[in-house]
Formats: sequence, C-alpha cells, structure tokens
Amino acid sequence: MKTQSQSQIYQRALFDSFRKLDPRWMARNPVMFVVEIGSVLTTLLLIQAVPSSLLGTGFGAGQENPAFIGAIALWLWFTVLFANFSEALAEGRGKAQADSLRAARQDTQAKKLAAPTRDAKISLTPSSDLRQGDVYLVEAGDVLPADGEVIAGVASVNESAVTGESAPVIREAGGDRSAVTGGTLILSDWLVVRVTANPGEGFLERMIAMVEGAKRQKTPNEIALNILLAAFTIIFLIVCITLLPYSIYAVNANGAGTPVTITVLVALLVCLIPTTIGGLLPAIGIAGMDRLIRRNVIALSGRAVEAAGDVDVLLLDKTGTITLGNRQAVEFIAVGNVQERELAQAAQLSSLADETPEGRSIVVLAKEKYNLRGRDGGAEGMTFIEFTAQTRMSGVNLPPNRGKRGGGIEIRKGAPDTMIQYIASSGNNVPTELNAAVERIAKNGGTPLVVAQDGKGLGVIHLKDIVKGGIKDRFAHLRKMGIKTVMITGDNPLTAAAIAAEAGVDDFLAQATPETKLTLIRGYQTGGRLVAMTGDGTNDAPALAQADVAVAMNTGTQPAREAANMIDLDSNPTKLIEIVEIGKQLLMTRGALTTFSISNDVAKYFAIIPAAFATTYPALQALNILGLATPASAILSAVIFNALVIIALIPLALRGVPYRAVGAAQLLRDNLLIYGVGGLIAPFIGIKIIDMLLVALRLA
Amino acid sequence: MTIIGILQIVLFVVVLVALAKPLGAYMARVYQGEKTSLDPALKPVEKFLYRLFGTRETDEMDWKTYAVAALLFSAAGVLFLYALQRVQGFLPLNPQAFGAVSPDSSFNTATSFVTNTNWQGYAGETTMSYLTQMLGMTVQNFVSAATGMAILIAFIRGLTRHQSPSPSGRGVRGEGHRGEGLGNFWVDLTRSTLYILLPLAILVSLVNISQGAMQNLTAYQTANLLQPTTDSNGAVVTTQTIAVGPAASQVAIKHLGTNGGGFFNANAAHPFESPTPLTDFVLILAESVIAAALCYTFGKMVGDTRQGWAILAAMVILLTTFMFVAYWAEANGNPAFAQFGIDQTASDANPGGNMEGKEVRFGIARSALFATATTATSTGAVNSMHDSYMPLGGFVPLFMMQLGEVVLGGVGSGLYGMLVFVIIAVFIAGLMVGRTPEYLGKKIEPFEIKMAALLILIMPLTVLGMTAFAVVHPDGLQSIFNPGAHGFSEVLYAFTSQGNNNGSAFGGLGANTFFYNILGGIAMLISRFWLAVPTLALAGSLVKKKQVPESAGTLPTYSPLFIGWLIAVVLIVGALNFLPALALGPVVEQLMMK
Repeated sequence: MKTQSQSQIYQRALFDSFRKLDPRWMARNPVMFVVEIGSVLTTLLLIQAVPSSLLGTGFGAGQENPAFIGAIALWLWFTVLFANFSEALAEGRGKAQADSLRAARQDTQAKKLAAPTRDAKISLTPSSDLRQGDVYLVEAGDVLPADGEVIAGVASVNESAVTGESAPVIREAGGDRSAVTGGTLILSDWLVVRVTANPGEGFLERMIAMVEGAKRQKTPNEIALNILLAAFTIIFLIVCITLLPYSIYAVNANGAGTPVTITVLVALLVCLIPTTIGGLLPAIGIAGMDRLIRRNVIALSGRAVEAAGDVDVLLLDKTGTITLGNRQAVEFIAVGNVQERELAQAAQLSSLADETPEGRSIVVLAKEKYNLRGRDGGAEGMTFIEFTAQTRMSGVNLPPNRGKRGGGIEIRKGAPDTMIQYIASSGNNVPTELNAAVERIAKNGGTPLVVAQDGKGLGVIHLKDIVKGGIKDRFAHLRKMGIKTVMITGDNPLTAAAIAAEAGVDDFLAQATPETKLTLIRGYQTGGRLVAMTGDGTNDAPALAQADVAVAMNTGTQPAREAANMIDLDSNPTKLIEIVEIGKQLLMTRGALTTFSISNDVAKYFAIIPAAFATTYPALQALNILGLATPASAILSAVIFNALVIIALIPLALRGVPYRAVGAAQLLRDNLLIYGVGGLIAPFIGIKIIDMLLVALRLA
Repeated sequence: MTIIGILQIVLFVVVLVALAKPLGAYMARVYQGEKTSLDPALKPVEKFLYRLFGTRETDEMDWKTYAVAALLFSAAGVLFLYALQRVQGFLPLNPQAFGAVSPDSSFNTATSFVTNTNWQGYAGETTMSYLTQMLGMTVQNFVSAATGMAILIAFIRGLTRHQSPSPSGRGVRGEGHRGEGLGNFWVDLTRSTLYILLPLAILVSLVNISQGAMQNLTAYQTANLLQPTTDSNGAVVTTQTIAVGPAASQVAIKHLGTNGGGFFNANAAHPFESPTPLTDFVLILAESVIAAALCYTFGKMVGDTRQGWAILAAMVILLTTFMFVAYWAEANGNPAFAQFGIDQTASDANPGGNMEGKEVRFGIARSALFATATTATSTGAVNSMHDSYMPLGGFVPLFMMQLGEVVLGGVGSGLYGMLVFVIIAVFIAGLMVGRTPEYLGKKIEPFEIKMAALLILIMPLTVLGMTAFAVVHPDGLQSIFNPGAHGFSEVLYAFTSQGNNNGSAFGGLGANTFFYNILGGIAMLISRFWLAVPTLALAGSLVKKKQVPESAGTLPTYSPLFIGWLIAVVLIVGALNFLPALALGPVVEQLMMK
C-alpha cells in the first residue's frame, strides 16, 4: 500500500499535537488534562511575576523568580505537547493508510441491471445510488462500485486496493469465493453482483474508519486503567493541595522560611501524577491496532484485539492450517496374491484423468516406486469415469485389446464403504486383508482408497495428510502461553486423532458440522474460556458469530465476513497466533508503563521534597541523596525528566513491549525487573544528569 | 537491641503464624456451616436466636440487602449506646453513681465503638458505670468486630461463588447455584460472635484473671498511701481511690475484636488490665491472631490455601520489618537524654534505650512490639505512650495505620482492605503478563477498579484533608501542646488513627474539644462505612462473574514474586500518599535531633 513518507507523518503529528491542546479534547484524558491546567496556571503566575520583577516589588509580587516560573511553565507545556505528539504520531500511520484507501473509493458509474442476469437491461447509475439488493454488472477494466455477492460469472479481480496484494484472485458465483469488495478492479471476464452494503457501510468505509481511529472506543481494560490513573491523580492532587497548609503551619511553628509556592506545588503534582502512562495511553491503544493493520488484519472492534490477548482456546481448521491443503499417496497395499506393482499400475491408470492433488499424487507415487508411466500405452480407447456424488467412485474402462480376456477391463477406486459394496455386488468376496489394511490406514490418520479391478479388490492406496512443517513447535509455544489448541476437521475420529497426535494439538473435533462447532464453542465459553477461531465458509458463520475472537479470511464468503470481528486480508489461517500475541502486547505495554510511571515517583520525591522545604527545614537536605545543586535546579530537573521520559518512551509505546511465550510467572518477573526496578532507578540517574547539565550551562 | 528483645519479637511472629492454620480452619468450618466441636453447646443457642429473631439461615442476601442490614444494625448500635450513656445514672450497676455522659461525648463514644475505632475522649474509670461498660462497650466490642468479619465473609463469597451462562447464553445460575447471594448478614454476625469471639474471649479472660487482672462489680476501693504526698493545692494526701470493676472480661474482647478501647484510661499499661508480661504477650497475640487466621480461612474458602498463605506472608513480612524498625529506633535511645546523664545502655538492671513513657515491666522490645501490633491491627490499645517515642519510633505506628490498616488490620476489615490492594496489584501485574487481569478466576474489569480506586482514595483524602484543615484553623491549633514538627505529627496521628478506625492516640494533643470531636467523628464514620459499602458492591459485582479456569497464562497470585509485588503496592500506595506529610512530621523531627 502506498504510504506517506516518514517526514510527512512527523509533520502532521507535530501540527496535531498543538491542535490537540483544545481543552475539550484534553478532558478525555484526566491525567494530561491536569497537566494542561498546571501549565496554564504557571503561565499565569509567570505573567503576574514578570511586571513585578521589572517594576520592583510593589505591584503583584511574584512568588518566585520569573525565570524559574517560566522554565517550569515551559516544560509543563512540553509535557502536554509530548503526550499529544505520541498520540498524533500513532494516529499518523493509520491516517496515511486511510488516505490511500480513500483514493480507491471513487465514485463510479455502475451498470445497474434490471434483472439478475447478464443480458438484462443496463442503466448507468452513480455508485452512491446503489442500495442493498440491487444487481450490477462489471466487466474487465471496471472498478467494482459496491460490496456484493457474485451471482453469475467468473472473473479475476485485483484486490490490491484492499489487501495490498497485487496478484489477481478468482471470484465466482456460489461457493466460498463469491464475495467482492467495492473499490477493487476486475481484470478479466465479467461478473453479475448483488449489492450487500448500502453506500457508506461498505467494507472499505468501515476499514477507513477503523484505521483512522475515528470511531475508536476505549476498550474495557483501557477504561479500567484510566479509572485507576484518575484515582492516583486525585490522590496526588490532595497530597499537593494539603501541602500548602502543612507548609504554612511549619513556617509559623518554626519561625523560618516561606511557605511553599504554587509553582513548586504544581511542579510536584505534575511529577507525581502518572503522566508517563497517562500521556502514552492513547498512543499504545492506537499503535496496537496499527500493528494489526500492518500484518494485514483489520479489526472491526478494538474490544476484539484486547480479547485476543485473553484467548484460552484456539479452534483451528485442519485443512490449510495444520495440514497442507491436500492429501498425498504414500503407499500401495496389495491384498491376496495381487502384486504391489499390479496394484500400482491399476491405481495409476484409474487416476490418469484425476486432476485433483490426490489423484496426481497417486500417479507420481506409482512412477517413483515402479517407474510406471501410465500414458506410455497411450490413452486411446480409455474411458475415464469421473467421480460423481451418485456412484462415489471414479476409474477407467480399458478397451478389450489391452485386456487379457476378451472383454475390456474395468478399474475403480473410491472410499472403502462404497468400494466394498461394489465388490460385494459384483459377487466377489471382500478379502479380510483388505479390511485390515483399510483399518490400519485409518487408525494412522490416513485416508484409504480401495482399488478394484473387474469387481475384485486389488488393494488399498494410503493417502496421507501432510502436517505443515514447524506447526508442532507453534502449538507447544501456544501451550506455554496457556492456550489450548483444538483441531476442527470433517474426518472421522480415528483419522482426526492420528493427525492431532502428529501435529501436537491438545484436542480435536472430528466429523465437525456447523452445529457441533457451535456446541463446542458454547461448551468452552460456559466453562469461562475465551474462544478464538478462523473461518471462511458460510457454514462457519454461526460459529464465528459465537466465538469471542473471530477471524474471517478475506477470501471468505460475505456471511463469514459479517460474522467475524476481524478480517485477515492475507487469508492466512495461522495469523490467529500473531493476533493473540498482538493482543497480549497491547496489555503488557500498558501494564509495564504504569509500573514504570509509578515507580518513578520515589526518585521525584527525593528530588522535590527537600527542595520545596529548604527554607523552612534545612535539615531535610539530608534527603537530597542525589546532591542536586539548588532547590530550583532540583525541581526543574525533575520536571524536565518527567517530560523527556515521555518522548523517550514513544518508540516503546508504538512498538509494544515484546511478548515471549514463557508463562505468566516468568513474564511478570522479567517485566517487574525491567519496568519496576528500572523505573525506580532510571529517574535517579536521569534527574542527576539533567541537574548537572543545568549547572554546567549555568541555567540554575 | 538485645538478644532477649529480638527473641521476643521472633517468638511472637512464630506463635502467630503457628496459630493461623488451626484457628483459620475452624473459622472456615463455622462460616461454611460445617460441623464443629462446639456444636453441642452452641447449636441450640444459635437455633434459638434465629427463632427469636425470625431469621431463616438459608435466606440469601444480595450485596445491597447485606449492606443495608449491616448499616441498620450499626445505626441501632449507635442509638442504643448513645441512650445508654445518657441514662446510666438511673440504671443499676453504678456503684460510683456516675451521671449522664454529655451529649457530644456520648455521640462520639457511640460512634467510636460501633465503628470498631474505639477512640476514647473519656476516661473509663471516671465516666462510665459498670452497666454501660458491660452492656454498651463490651457488647459493641463483640458485634462491631463480628460485623467486620461478616462483611469479609460476604466478600469472600463474592470471589468463590460464580455464575456460568447456560448454552443458550441467558445467564442461568451456574455451579454457585446461589444467584447473586453473598450469604446472610444475621447468620454471619451470629456465627462470628457465638462460635469465634465468645469462646476465645472466655479463654483470654481466664488467662488474664489468673494473672491478676481485675474482675469484680464492687465499688472503688480506698487504700492508705505508704508515703503521704501533697496535691497541687499543697494539701496532704494520705489515701488513694483505686478504681476496680469488670475489667478482665472487657479487656479480652477489646483485643480479640481489634477494638482497643480501654476499661481504664491507661489502657493496657494499667496493671489491672494487663498485670504481667505474660498477659501482655497474650493480649498482643489476641489482637493479631484472628486477623492472621482469617487469611487461612480465606484460602480454605476459596479452595486454595496458598492464596491465604500468600496474603498472610505479605502481612507478616511488613509487620515484622516495622516491629524491628520501631524496636531499633527506641533501643537506640534519645540523644537529648545524654545531657541529663541518663544511662541508656542495656544491662541486666536497665532495659536501655528510650524508656520515657514506657512501663518497666514491659521494656523496650515489648513496647515496640505492642505499638506496632496495635496499629498494624486496628486495635489502638496501648501499653506505652506513643507520643514519647523517638520520632522514628513514633513514625512506625503512624505509618502502619497509613497503609490503610491492611497489615493484619481489623478483624475482617483488615483482610477485605488487603484484598482491595490485591485487586490493584493483580490488575497492574495482570496487564504486565498480557491478559485481562483476573483474581481467583474472576476478571477485574472497570467496575471492580472503580470500587477499588474509591477504596484507596477515601482514606488519604479524609486524613490529609482533615489534618490540613486542623493545622491552619485556630480551633485546631489551640489544642497543639507541642508546636513544631512534633505538634504536626500529633495532629496527623489523631486523624490517621480515626480515619483508619484504629483509635490509638499519640497524645500531646487536646483532642477532647468540639473541633476535634466533630472532625474525628466524621472521619470514623467515613472510614468504616464508606469503605464497607463499596467493598460489598465489589463483592456484588464479583459474584455475578464467570470463573475463568487457570492455565499457564494465568498470573500466579501465591508465588514469592507476587507476595513481593503485593508488598510493594501496599508500600508505594501507602508511602506515596503520605511521604510529604511524614517528611514534615516525624522525618524532619528525627533529622533535626542529630
């Protein structure tokens, strides 16, 4: 996807950080709103102090040296701006993406059809006038005017406007590839499409809204954290407000010094309230969504991203996710006095016309093992029998001249139950060896195909599911994260169990139907678990709607996409695992920065408290363990550190705290060490360095 | 510090932890309605009480009903105790013929005892009749403690009971089977009193009496002085009136129920309340043991005793650490004494250290132990005068209260307070491991955080706000006898004590004035009921949640790491709020002494 240059994003973010100073916007974030009020207050104090310092003491005496008030006010404004900048920067990426999406959503003239057939009367209508249920025609070179479902035709479509993938995809009526998206380009042939979304509600529009964060609602964890941060802010507000009477009492009782000034109290307040996490919180949330977008996943709700981190159970389709899409022949088992080579030859002949991956793999295996070349003899005279739902077997009839006897030869292959019936109906006995072989293959997770010649069983072909390389490690990984994996398959329980064992999933659902999937999900949910699943077919829709995190493939049908709360534009079923990690990262980043922010306070107390009461209680100097130069430099250093740390942590907020699948206990230990202990120590070092710089530059 | 002193503290901790399991297991049986060894004696009484008051044991209350019951019961307690003090002059068991207590003092005392604070603006032996002491103070000592325990048990039920949606997703009751019920307040109150507090109170009373504590109903005795003295008018004094009364029975429950309101004004420093070092030890143990054992009860009730041990471990680590800080501060002695030639080194004949305001029969270690335990638990009884502690020594009791009375804390209230800290610790830690935080399988969501935030917000707001008001208001300043940093500590201590339902006094502050009585009374009410109601609301929300099964992704809330994290959260939330105030009080005072 075309994105704006980095500098453009920065420029826009810089501009936005000023625009966001609008109090109506700031009020959404209580912590930073307090900082803004503090900035305004110190600015007013500065305005009051400047004339008094110029005109001498008589008029509106400033509480402090104007240079000091000015420096504090300046850095408080920086604190607010830095926080706004982080949010604007996080939004920037999404906005850039939204712009390029918007470019795809151009108003076009649609060829509206009077009836849902290609030859119906065409009327040219602006795409914005198309409504749900209307039917339109698109031909090579057209941009699709609206989301819809293909009801006739086959065509190749370039969906790069949505997915970023420029290789064309096939869209056709019926089946799982019938959904088309408005704004995509048809490259060849034609399609008749029924509109499924009114203008403004299409997939592209929803996507723009999501990436722009326009409709971003706070997620439950974010709301909870905001409440906690607001509570801390109120507590520190009270701490700082009450400090003024305490100070007045101390001055009176001790007969020394002057009460603490408003400027110092505001500085202390801003240092104590959790500005680091408060300032970065919106950016963390937006960046989390952005990470999904960059992995080509569109989350249709922020809640779903957060829920992804909580997922306990992953339901994964066997085919395509756990195993390679197709089964392959790995073995020929001859029965009775039949030679294996003879079986291989019959199997190969019967599969010559079979263009399915399974059929091709049989031909290849026979060639590899016995160097048989089915086509050597020429295919003249052969009649291939295609698989039909009625006969449930396929095969070939050979002309008489190739047979041993006078008549032709009839070779058939098919599923064991069908074939056994076929053999029996030909008046032959089914060899017990054959049954045994069938059973053995099924038990090992394979698919047996029985081959018969002229109604006599020759043997069995062993078709095997090929488990994807590395998938077992990924499941072990998930187990460590505390996530249970369940394989969903239409296979029989025996086959399913064998593949499940080979792939290392925790559980499986065999002979799955939409109903059993739904029941399974509800069962887990009743037990308090959160379930995630991927799906693409229409029959997945009910289960997707029930699952807590439901990822639909972009190639999937419209009902599946409607039922899901995330859409994977790459249509990669293993993406779910990455989505879970992004969800976890989002929460971890919030937790880590909260811990960091609060641990920072300890050092700030040591910097500010002795400084604030230096004139009343010089003994408190003993708490100035950092040896900061002067009270003014101490307070200013703490405020500067507080502002700079926001800038320093923006990359972390945008990137997220890295997640490793090591179990909760170790994660907590590591993060506490880095962000808790680190948060205690870092400000001591930072404040000291800033203080030394201020002294060196003669600013304090 | 001496070996004996250190060993006394160690012995206390060991005995406390050893008693937690047997007593905790017993209490779990009581609250879960299982058979106990005291059933033959107490079951008929319990049944009779239910019949008398028309209580049905199986009636479940949701959180609102439970809260209303607790509030109504407490309100009735305030009215009764107020009335009793006002009319005690007309009632029997009043050998000293004490008249009605003044309205404002009656109100203050009634509030104080019902809220389990037991702040005392009066001196027991010169104000209250025996009937008022027994029917008023002692009864409230039992039932205010039992109320705290009942609320805790309701909170625990909120965590353990759960609902699971039916397959149709309509939210039908799950294995918890009790809907939104948190139990029955009257049943929990009755069982707490009858099966737990009463038997233990009898036991402690008997130990105390065997050591010589006072227990009679006779009039005050007059004794001839061995050495005549003169009073302030110069008149010769040859006799002394010795106050007596039913002290031992009240003292036992005063400690067991973490109440702390003394029968005599000198509280546990008075030889008739606590005659020997043994009774002193028993009383410290009594005020700590139920709170500690309730942690085990909690673990038992949630079906995982590790959870209870973890919380107890956090409490005991904090408690022991601060006991040693206080002991160390006091054992080091007061540098100001040096100029008077006072020997402060420990020897066989000299306890050593700062003995000002301490009983010789208890010494330095035992006083530090008592001061820390009485403020860590919300008891507030004293066996030494905290005002005379070294600034750092006095900082310890102050800080123990400022942590929110959650290091053991009040019976019941301490643990539910600590569980709020656990929820906050779990919330932040849970985020750090990348999951929606959950505690014991219950998800911590915005409503829970809202209640928890309210609970940690109210106390510092009350204490800091009222202290600020008092140190600038003329009426507040008038009562400060020691100006300067120490005077500030005194005011801070008074509001910290009342704002946490502790009730101990630092002294040095004339707190029995209209100004302090009113502010303090409000602080006590806020602290008790503004905290109890959100706690029950939290339970009411938790009970409606599904239980999430444990997995490798679940944050373990019993590991040493989590215990350490919980301690850090308690300390940081406690310390960060009060650090500036403490810096201007005990901290600067200590620094100025050098």
